[in-house]
Amino acid sequence: MNRNRVDSIFIILFRISGFLAVIILFGIFFMLVFNGIWAFKEVSLTEFFTSSSWSPSAYDKPEYGILSMVASSILVTFLAMLIAVPIGVGAAAYLVEFASTKVASILKPAIEMLAAIPSVTIGFLGIVLVGPFLAKLFGSSNGLNALNGAILLAVMALPTIISISEDAMYAVPKTYKEASLALGANRWETLVKVIIPSGSSGIIAAIMLGMGRVIGETMAVLMATGNALAMPKGIFSSVQPLTATIAIEMGEVPYNTIHYYSLFALGVILFLITLVINVLADIITQRFKVK
Amino acid sequence: MKTTKKVYYSLGFLFVLFCTILSVSTLGVILIDIFSKGISVLSFDFIFDYPRKGMTEGGIFPAIVGTTFVTLITAIFSIPLGISTAIYLNEYAKNTWFTRIIRSSIRNLAGVPSIVYGLFGVALFVQAFRMGTSLLASGLTLGLLSLPYIITATEEALKTVPENIKEGALALGATKWETIFKIIVPASMSGIITGIILALSRATGETAPILFTGVFFYQRFLPTSLFDEFMALPYHLFILSTQHHNIEGVRPLAYGTALVLLILVFVLNLVAFIIRAKYRKQF
Repeated sequence: MNRNRVDSIFIILFRISGFLAVIILFGIFFMLVFNGIWAFKEVSLTEFFTSSSWSPSAYDKPEYGILSMVASSILVTFLAMLIAVPIGVGAAAYLVEFASTKVASILKPAIEMLAAIPSVTIGFLGIVLVGPFLAKLFGSSNGLNALNGAILLAVMALPTIISISEDAMYAVPKTYKEASLALGANRWETLVKVIIPSGSSGIIAAIMLGMGRVIGETMAVLMATGNALAMPKGIFSSVQPLTATIAIEMGEVPYNTIHYYSLFALGVILFLITLVINVLADIITQRFKVK
Repeated sequence: MKTTKKVYYSLGFLFVLFCTILSVSTLGVILIDIFSKGISVLSFDFIFDYPRKGMTEGGIFPAIVGTTFVTLITAIFSIPLGISTAIYLNEYAKNTWFTRIIRSSIRNLAGVPSIVYGLFGVALFVQAFRMGTSLLASGLTLGLLSLPYIITATEEALKTVPENIKEGALALGATKWETIFKIIVPASMSGIITGIILALSRATGETAPILFTGVFFYQRFLPTSLFDEFMALPYHLFILSTQHHNIEGVRPLAYGTALVLLILVFVLNLVAFIIRAKYRKQF
């Protein structure tokens, strides 16, 4: 009797903790919206989304336009993916198709280790290593710009892209590969014409998950992109993405002011962007599992 | 025809080889730079001394202690919750639309940017729960961040326990929870511990979630209660490399801090790696 009661108590406890994950996800969203929405008591939606000047602490006329930050986020993310996708998919292809088991067993933990490096450490290297390198290479003043941030973010996206697209290529049935080789295609042709197309949904999911990580990354861009609130003019412009703005201003802003609420509004946008990317990646992965 | 095929093959092979070397050498560059420039700073005093003279001298002891404390709070909060959620999903939940929503929520929680967890921490723990900026608020925020990783890893571990072992226990008259606590969890312990260590090592290195929930840049004392602010290694590195009045002067200390943080994270990963390698293929 007693044992059965314990059993039923645990069922309830486990069920509560199961629901908690859902509550937390929705809780985060509603908490952000609930705080962010107050910003629009004074800020017009048109200004928020279409203006590129952000100066919430200006004394006479504070401005709340997020366009330059959104443009910065997009620029840095796009550049990072431009670097990380070919390298990541290429490395995954090497691991799956060309590397011997022994070589792969050394390379894989190395890539996992790369994923374990804290983002603040990557940002630090952006300041002390990548910045001076870019400055010397392109003759600019300090090398803290969009390109620097993109290189760091590419490094952070690589482990995700490599390991997930590796899984995707590995999951392509061996018979496809053998048939292709038997028809006289060499391993490169088999890779490009059979394995990558068959694993494409998994590879796309890998790229999207990498991108989700890149858009939300804070410390590396905060430290290495130069923090300039202006529309980016090119890859050598100093920029300030959404995440960096939140990180810089949240620590100084007085609680429950319009400025405070507007940072939550930025959080809502960030949350929604990453949610859409992750849900799409999720849908693609599920479909790819069924196949 | 034959030669062009061969040329493509060689070029392609060289390309993917180059990609791999580039990825792995990034790790090499990072490790070599931080080890070579940080190792000279490491000393007994650096680890066990307080920062002195506006952080231009002395050590990082309060940052090490702060990071340890906050990670402990993270662990206390997220481990029981993460494990029980995983048990629910793996042992009780049926494949209904609601279970699928739970699973999808967990996957999406893992993708929520860490700075957004920071905002949530301010709104919920610091403000609504009136914890103020404190060890507790930061620990709980990091706990939420670690939760999806712990749940996923625990579930993977629970899945490796064969059905016939569970059925054996149930057939002997054990209740469901007895089966879970005496058979399933012990049998998958190594996988669960590996997952927990990896999740905590991630939390240890996070900066954005603690930025406005409790971390403080310079303290001459250790936190004595859950409601004190604290210093942390990642934040200390951030301060030394961007916010200090003499950035070039404290660069060696920044390298030392980066090295200690890196060693801490890698040791945790190594322990997880060893546990995983040792207990792989139990069944």
